[in-house]
Amino acid sequence: MKKLNNAKGFWGSVVLAVVFAVVVQFLINGGTLNPFYVNALFSIGINIILAASLHLIIGITGQFSIGHSGFLAVGAYVSAIITMKLGLPFPVAILAAGAAAAVAGLVIGVPTLRLRGDYLAIATLGFAEIMRIVFLNIDYVGGASGMTVSHLITWPWLIACVAITIIIIVNFTNSTHGRACISIRENEIAADAMGINTTYYKVMAFVIGAFFAGVAGALHAHNFYIIQPTNFGFLKSFDILIFVVLGGLGSMSGAVLAAILLTIISTFLANYPEVRMVIYSLVLIAMMLFRPQGLMGTKEITSFFKLGKSAQGGSQDANKNTVA
Amino acid sequence: MLKVNDINVYYGNIHALKGVSLDINQGEIVTLIGANGAGKSTLLKTLSGLLKPKTGEIVFEGEHVAGKVPQLIVKRGISQVPEGRRVFANMSVEENLELGAFLRKDKKGIQEDFEKIYQLFPRLLERKKQLSGTLSGGEQQMLAMGRALMARPRLLLLDEPSMGLAPLLVKTIFQIIEEINKTGTTILLVEQNANMALSIADRAYVIETGKIVASGLAEELSASDQIRKAYLGGH
Repeated sequence: MKKLNNAKGFWGSVVLAVVFAVVVQFLINGGTLNPFYVNALFSIGINIILAASLHLIIGITGQFSIGHSGFLAVGAYVSAIITMKLGLPFPVAILAAGAAAAVAGLVIGVPTLRLRGDYLAIATLGFAEIMRIVFLNIDYVGGASGMTVSHLITWPWLIACVAITIIIIVNFTNSTHGRACISIRENEIAADAMGINTTYYKVMAFVIGAFFAGVAGALHAHNFYIIQPTNFGFLKSFDILIFVVLGGLGSMSGAVLAAILLTIISTFLANYPEVRMVIYSLVLIAMMLFRPQGLMGTKEITSFFKLGKSAQGGSQDANKNTVA
Repeated sequence: MLKVNDINVYYGNIHALKGVSLDINQGEIVTLIGANGAGKSTLLKTLSGLLKPKTGEIVFEGEHVAGKVPQLIVKRGISQVPEGRRVFANMSVEENLELGAFLRKDKKGIQEDFEKIYQLFPRLLERKKQLSGTLSGGEQQMLAMGRALMARPRLLLLDEPSMGLAPLLVKTIFQIIEEINKTGTTILLVEQNANMALSIADRAYVIETGKIVASGLAEELSASDQIRKAYLGGH
């Protein structure tokens, strides 16, 4: 029964996503959406992928990684090399970007994921800075002046990447592997004592997260015409981190929602560059004061649609039990 | 069943276990008592693979397991109930138990064990869907024990199951430990509540600053003047 409902919900959302994608495509073709909005839409999509991929690492597995822009940079540069220097098609670039970032995730993850808390944060931050410096010093990719990239991103590619990212990460979370990752977040020592290979699962989550950050990097590179090492500084990492924290640690829909909201806010604030960071910071401070658990807490958006008997009955039962 | 021979464990420079040896026979309840910081939990963590001994050997059912990773040790049949319960707070009772059986593939056996554990702890059945973080301390202890039993261990390591529980609940928990033992699981019980521990144990070891200082039958130890004075409140 539960499975059937899930399947129904899954196909329902796929249909909704396709309808949404087609409608937006018509709006773009018809010129109703002007380039400014289309560009904002692309930024939102890319940020959703970034938020979802970091959500897997921080929200699900509980590994406080703040070097996500490093993977974004790897993806961006690798994809740019593939389309601009090698002249291969865009889809190849997307996959190669993901793969390259995943390899980077593996290389950096195996040694650093033995670290905990602050140490892991510092190590990942260091990794992102190293990637930035590396690209800054490679003349092949333009050094500090960066690399010009054709605008190859199209709406169907974007929405497909977003959908695939979300489907894979949600499925992973609900699988046995996902359970193992959540148990690491909940209590690493207990997970260890249960015989869960915590290092293996931490690295796995890290590599999958890195893969999708690389995909986002490919989309990013082919959206902005130019990529420069300065785009991938630690502020970029914090932007992504903020999506996940603001959305609610552990909530996929929260991360996606926060990515959408914050991208919209920062897009419209782009017209007021002097006050942009001030307002953005105020939004964050207000959020943390009034809703420290994030937009969604640990809940998922689907739980709001399950207002039927099952969800409510469950909570009532729970209340009864605590009283007794 | 389990033979620990002269193990030395260090935390950095601190020599936490100094040549500890002990034996556990099939079907026994063995208790390890001692004050705070004596090395009780260190010993349990070493047995379950969370810590590695620098020297010495641990033989479980004829196999050397010292320094092996926890996954392997759990697979071989040793499972630990960690100190302070450590349930997965944001998961339901059922999900916690499922994770206890993480390394097992036999679905039928797992289903049977679910029923066994709900029989042993009817409280957990009542709260099957509840988040385990909202359970009371006693219920969390039951859940932690049930979770460890889901791995179908032959040797169960219990780290201070009475910690922070009301006396009445402690009694219930200890009764359950005896019940678990009767179904054929050997038990190593680490306790500060020496009176309670000695009352259900067959044999006991007393540990002091990383060394075993006394051992013997539980009844004999609880009768000994020296032990009474040091651990049982001499009256």
